Amino acid sequence: MTSALDITRSVKPPRAVFVNFPLGHQTGPPGQPELQRRIVTDAMRAFAGISSPGTIVELPYVWDPNDRSWEDTDYTRGWMPARPSREAADKLEAERQAKFRRD
Amino acid sequence: MPVAYIPRTRDLYNDFTPYRWVENDSAPFTPLTKPLSECRVAMITSGGTMYRDQPRFHREDASYRRIPIHARPDELSVWHFGYPTRDAERDANCVFPLERMRELEAAGVIGKLVDPAFSFMGGIYSARKVSDELAPQIVDELKRAHADAFFLVPA
Repeated sequence: MTSALDITRSVKPPRAVFVNFPLGHQTGPPGQPELQRRIVTDAMRAFAGISSPGTIVELPYVWDPNDRSWEDTDYTRGWMPARPSREAADKLEAERQAKFRRD
Repeated sequence: MPVAYIPRTRDLYNDFTPYRWVENDSAPFTPLTKPLSECRVAMITSGGTMYRDQPRFHREDASYRRIPIHARPDELSVWHFGYPTRDAERDANCVFPLERMRELEAAGVIGKLVDPAFSFMGGIYSARKVSDELAPQIVDELKRAHADAFFLVPA
């Protein structure tokens, strides 16, 4: 999968499937299993159908037909949410470790 | 319009030496010799997915994790510095479509989903570290698992 057409054209993987979604959603938005399934199914079918090296199949899905503003902000300054402090991140990690040790 | 990520990388990290994206002249290609419905397909994400208490990823981390394909959604978490992980934390399938691939296996679209699936944190500056250290280890895993194909999902 790819959402970065220019990078994929530069790297040239054997087969690729492009979906124009913001980074972090290459196989679909959260909580939308139907759309995720269509994307993954399309990817598998494209994989099986590609016979020419480096082919990039573009999928027709649109992230939000009423708002394309994400295209202007994705991967630009100020786009990432603030990261937790070192202490907060360590605490979160300790909680994650403890949670699974308890199970 | 597709986003132009190469110039955006330059702008976003313009305090640093401009990042040099890998440029290959050609694409390697191995033709598929049997139907996908008979293939063993492995899944790999570069989105930084982790299973249960596996060690968290960190910056410049070129290690990888084995994720059992029957992992439950609440057993998966994410660490990556290069994209907002909130949605992938809510639903791992955004970048690691494990449930969807299991469904395709059950429906016979693919022959078999290779167990385990694999995960790494793709924000690795050094392309050499990826090609010389990380990729060969995953290739070994795929060979040992007799994978016919792999599905790489970035983030």
